[in-house]
Formats: sequence, C-alpha cells, structure tokens
Amino acid sequence: MQYLLLIHHDDEALAKAPPSLWAEYAAFNAALAKSGVGTPGLRLEHASKGRSITRRTSAVEILDGPYADTKEQFAGYLLLDVPDVDTAVQWAIRCPSAHYGTIEVRPLWAMAPA
Amino acid sequence: MTASGDTARRTAERVARESYGRLVAYLAARTRDVAGAEDALADAFASALQTWSINGVPDVPDAWLLTVARRRLTDAARRRQTQAAGKAHLQLMADELDDAARQHDDIPDRRLALMFACAHPQVERGMRAPLILQTILGLTAQDIAAAFLISPATMGQRLVRAKTRLKEACIAFAIPERVDLPDRLDAVLEAIYAAYTKGWAEIDGTGAPLADEAIWLGRLVVSLLPDEPEAKGMLALMLYTEARRRARRDSTGFYVPLEQQDIALWDDWQIDLAEVLLNEANACGPSGRYQIEAAIQSAHVARRRLGAQTWPAIVALYTHLGTLTGSPVVTLNRAVALAELDGPEAALAILDGLSDDRRMADYQPYWAARAHLAARAGRHADAHAALTLAIGLATDDAVRHYLLAQRAALRAD
Repeated sequence: MQYLLLIHHDDEALAKAPPSLWAEYAAFNAALAKSGVGTPGLRLEHASKGRSITRRTSAVEILDGPYADTKEQFAGYLLLDVPDVDTAVQWAIRCPSAHYGTIEVRPLWAMAPA
Repeated sequence: MTASGDTARRTAERVARESYGRLVAYLAARTRDVAGAEDALADAFASALQTWSINGVPDVPDAWLLTVARRRLTDAARRRQTQAAGKAHLQLMADELDDAARQHDDIPDRRLALMFACAHPQVERGMRAPLILQTILGLTAQDIAAAFLISPATMGQRLVRAKTRLKEACIAFAIPERVDLPDRLDAVLEAIYAAYTKGWAEIDGTGAPLADEAIWLGRLVVSLLPDEPEAKGMLALMLYTEARRRARRDSTGFYVPLEQQDIALWDDWQIDLAEVLLNEANACGPSGRYQIEAAIQSAHVARRRLGAQTWPAIVALYTHLGTLTGSPVVTLNRAVALAELDGPEAALAILDGLSDDRRMADYQPYWAARAHLAARAGRHADAHAALTLAIGLATDDAVRHYLLAQRAALRAD
C-alpha cells in the first residue's frame, strides 16, 4: 500500500526548533532508506513563495501565497510503501516534523488493474 | 482536590469498576449483547463515580448500580415507546436487571467468561485488548484510542463492530473446556499484555494509567484462575517492569538505561509481590513464555540489587525462550546478555546473523543494541551508523535525545 505523508508546519513552532532538528531529520531519512519503505521526502519553499490558481468561475484567478490562511502550512511530503496504515502512522510519529505541526497520512488512490 | 477526597474518588472508582465489569459480564453472558448490557449500566456507572466519592461506597454496590440502571432503563423505555424493536430489547434488559437485582447477594462472576469471549479467535486480534478494556473496566473509546494509535472515532467504530461480531458469530460466553484452555487463555493473556506494553512504552501522558489497568486485569485473571501458572507469570512480569517505572527517567526527564537506574527508585512492594507470584507459578511445573520472561526480570533484579552474577542464568533463560518462540527479538536480547559473558564481538556475530531478517530493518532496539555493542568493541564507524538508524527509528523523545547524546560522545572519543 502506498501512503503519502503530508507535512504541515506551524511557522512559529518551527522557528523555535533546536539546531538538532536537522540531525534528527538526517537520522530519520537514513532509517527510512535502510528499511526500504521510502526515500527521503521533498521539502517545499515557504508557502508565501507559491501561487494558488483557480478557474472555478471560468476566469483565471491567481493568488499570491497559500490558498487558505491557516496557521499550519503545507511544507513537504514523503511517499511510503508499507503494509498498512498503522505502519505509516508509526513513521509519521518518528518524523521530526510531527513536533512542529501536523502530519497527514493519506492512502494513495489504488488504480484498478488494467 | 484534597488527598482524602482523592482517596475517596479512587476507592469509588475501584468498587464501581468491580461491580460494573461483573454486571456487564453477567448480563452479556445471558444475552450475548455486550452493547445492550453496557448501555443499561453506563449511566449508573457514571452516577456511581460521582455519588460514591461524596457519600461513600454503598454496602452492596452491585444492587445500587442495578437499581439506578433499572430506573434509567424504565425512563428510556417510556421515551422510546414508538420503537417497537427497541422496546422489546429494553424489556428484555429490564427483566435481566430485575432477575439480577433479586439475587444481588450472589451475582455469579462471569467476567472470566466475558474475557474469553473478547479474546475469541473469531475476534480480530488487534481488537481483543481494547474490547476487554472497555467491557470489563468500562473505559471509553477515547480513553483507549490514543494508546493504540487510532483516532477515538475509529476506535469507537471498531469496538461496535467487534461487539456485533460477538453477537452474530454466536460466540459462547463461557470458560473453555480443559483441552482448549491453554490456547484460549494465551489469547486472553496476550490481549492484557498488549495493553500493558502500550502503557509501558509511554512514560507520561496516557501510558501510565493504561499500564495500571492492565495490571488490574492481570490480578483479576489470577484471582479467577488461581491454578494457572502462566497467568501468575504474566502478572509477575508486568509487576517487575512496572516497579522500575520511576527509575526510567531522571529528574529532567532524561532516559536512564537499566544499568544506570537508581535502584532506590524501584518499587520494592511490586518486586516482592512479583517474586512471590513467580515462585508460586514455577512450583506448578514446566514454564511458559511469561514465566521465563518474568524469571529474566527476577535475575536482573538480583543482579542489580545484590550484585549477584546472574548473566549466565539470563543467557540460559533467553536460550530456552528462543526455543519456545523462535523470535528474532529473543535472539537479539540473548546476544546482548551474552556480551556480558563473552564480550561484544561474540554478540555482534549473532547480530550479523540477524541482519538479513527483514523485520530487523526497522526494529529500533536492534540498531540501539548494535550501536551499544559496536561502541564497546571499539568499532566507532559501525557504532555511529547504527546509532543514526536507532535515532531515526525512535518514537520516544527521551530515547531519541539519549541516543543523540551517545552519538555526540562517540564523536568526541
């Protein structure tokens, strides 16, 4: 089963993170690679550097920055191949980002075999 | 809350729980309807917790609970007059309660039968412990969910499904026949021990209360099946580990490994009780998994408390446990113990043999042990790599910080 771990960071909490955070992240990525369930995830630039686009009203609307003004912003993701949701949750608990926001665990839509 | 108020509340809680579990078990054993029995008693249990902690515990707690449950049930029946099916069900429940109230002096204890039903092979393995925690102790899905890493809503749904399964699969609420007893008892013990390990892993937060609940259930099983050595073995095992809870962290919350724990912080009362239980269990003949694990704990206690040389006994016990379970985790623990006798290289050779086992790749204790042994053997690069993996796999913050400090110390060497 493939699961996407969506990392949402709380900017304020992240700003107070100790310098050891990145060492912890390196260890987390090493463990991820060793177990063979996934590769290191991708980190995004801050949401303020992004654009949000919609054509719901037919006209193209482009907004600077995040679409919704929430406290936690989407900051990166990991793709895991694990047997079940419990294992995916276990990895989310290990992920250092869990201390500075929320990690959403979502199963990938399983395509019906052709 | 004052100390005495707190004591009153705890007493009320304990007595109410005893009665609650007994009444749920008694009613459900007759109807196979656990959810119905719980509904009938839920309000009564809640008001018991309130009233008893103020007015004291009544002389016959079961009768008190039944009277309140009966009154609530009649009210509910009146409100739901139109729901014919519900009414029939409530009438049945009311009859049950009347019957039970009449014989309240001697309501048979069916909790063991209920536990066997909850741990029945037809019930999903992962739901057995939550089901026992809810039906026997009256814990809510909310109470149970966090420790099992499930959202409260999902836990609630799974509990409902499990109870429906009990009813529809016509699972007998009975103590199994002698021939089936060992296997079925194993499932009950496994469920209780699973609850304990969830509570043990967490030092603070939701963990500690769950560990208490599991020990309480262990005592209940021992009191209801006094001749079963494995039940005593499991209770002893839980008490040995629980006795060290306070010593596992220092005053700043920093992780303290067994070898460095201050034994003055160990709970002597729990250890003494564990020793008595283990002796009683051992007197009954061949030992099962729990007795052997408890014996290993006992050997560690003797080693740390009296300075006794018990490493050979610990290695021998792990060897025996390994032949019983065939578990790579046992092999790992045996290797770590063996290092104390034959040195770290001998232990590392055993760990090398395990490294092809897929289950070890994300098993945190494997990498922590490997790091510890490699550092002792002076293999710093190996130790560093293993520590990194152990840090990445840690779910407990205290353990992670301890390992980060270990790795920093390794660099400084």
